[in-house]
Amino acid sequence: MKDFLFVFRNDFENIPKGSPEELQALTKKWMDWVGGIAAQNKLSDRGSSLASGGKVVRPNNVVTDGPYTEIKELIGGYTIVKADSIDEAVELASGCPVFNYGGNVEVREINVM
Amino acid sequence: MEQQELIPHLFRTEYRKITAVLCKLFGISHIEIAEDIASDTFLLASETWGHKGLPENPVAWLYKVASNKAKDYFKRDALFHQKIVAQISNSFATSTGEIEIDLSEKNIVDSQLQMMFAICHPAIPVNAQIGLSLRILCGFGIEEIADAFLTNKETINKRLFRAKETLRTEKVKIEFPNKQEINKRLEIVLITLYLLFNEGYYSSSQNITLRQDLCLEAMRLTHLLIENPSTDEPSVNALMSLMCFHASRFEARTDKNGDTVLYQDQNTDLWNKELINKGMDYLSQASRGDEISKYHLEANIAYWHTIKEDTGQKWESILQLYNQLLQIEYSPMAALNRTYALSKANGKPEAIIAAEKLKLVDNHLFHSLLGELYTNIDNVKALMHFKDALKLAKSAADKTIISNKIGELSVQSN
Repeated sequence: MKDFLFVFRNDFENIPKGSPEELQALTKKWMDWVGGIAAQNKLSDRGSSLASGGKVVRPNNVVTDGPYTEIKELIGGYTIVKADSIDEAVELASGCPVFNYGGNVEVREINVM
Repeated sequence: MEQQELIPHLFRTEYRKITAVLCKLFGISHIEIAEDIASDTFLLASETWGHKGLPENPVAWLYKVASNKAKDYFKRDALFHQKIVAQISNSFATSTGEIEIDLSEKNIVDSQLQMMFAICHPAIPVNAQIGLSLRILCGFGIEEIADAFLTNKETINKRLFRAKETLRTEKVKIEFPNKQEINKRLEIVLITLYLLFNEGYYSSSQNITLRQDLCLEAMRLTHLLIENPSTDEPSVNALMSLMCFHASRFEARTDKNGDTVLYQDQNTDLWNKELINKGMDYLSQASRGDEISKYHLEANIAYWHTIKEDTGQKWESILQLYNQLLQIEYSPMAALNRTYALSKANGKPEAIIAAEKLKLVDNHLFHSLLGELYTNIDNVKALMHFKDALKLAKSAADKTIISNKIGELSVQSN
């Protein structure tokens, strides 16, 4: 088994900003999806979601705000799964709630140091 | 209580106290001597009480005899050391003075708790920890332990012997772990108590009384931890709560013939309300602080099972608790139960997809679950899975339940 990183990218404009009920329904989708991976014993690290906004640090102490939420493919969070192959990891990414609002999952194998 | 009942009863309650106190006094390397003295004491009791009648205070009698036997042993041992060792080193000849055997309530409890930590030592395999706990902390006979583990006396004797050897070679001390260490060590103690309870609750042993005794002993030991301020942690209360909720169904889960009654078929009047209430008290005690252990999640799941009525909220809560539990610790059982909750909360079609992904093909419960999920959706597949389950099931109780399902399906399809 190898570890694979799931990077969730999405368009913040598309994320439902609806009622508490709608938000709760969305949370449930994520919980069920992660629970489904854990039930297959394929979850390595649940990971986290990331707060919007931040800072970008460049050489020579150049610090800028951002990335801004206007960006279409903003990283919203990450999870690490266990799989035998990249194909199996891709299979695990199916049904990810991020697709519901136009996002995507980048699947990357993690190199062992 | 009649005499023939009294001795086994006292053996159960007092043997472990005497052993723990003496073992604490002698040190872990002399664990057998402590056991021998405790056994000899009961042997003498059954002989003496047999023709002289019961003493006024049987427990005090036992403690006195055990103390005297321990003192005698010290004298003999001291003589041995004086004769043989004194010439080589004077330091061995110090234990000649009269020793005090402290059989006060406080020392008994302290000794038992400290023994618990000694037995649940990381160097000892978990199976042996449970075996030793049953022997030393619960006063179970080797035969009973073998019965509980569905194995023979020889295997258990070997297992216990090796475990005692390890306690000796690791020079395990009978003492409370220090403050920094206590939580880490407590974790192992809790795993052992959890498994001890499960051994009783889920064992396929036919001996129902024995199985209940195992559960009650696990609860008694957990309670000892709760009564001690330094081990009265939220996770301990959560474990106790979990045990109370499960134990509340003792009466309901087996019928007159000793056959298993499935949860959905149980008579809720037989559920023990007092234990359910206790479980809730411990659960609220467990909510102090913000630690969420697997025992917290399992206790909450067990809490929802004390409500028989099927509601959306019930199954949604159970599903989310299993989602969390699986993220802390995977187990096939939790994965299967999670998928069942998923079918109740989100519907069978979604659950079937999730169930097929579990691929626990060697587990009869996996096939039983799929059989259950496919029932009334695809009865041919349902039947196929129940038949696979029947092939894989080991215990007679499981086979009966699966055969009934197959029977129901066959009737339906005709």
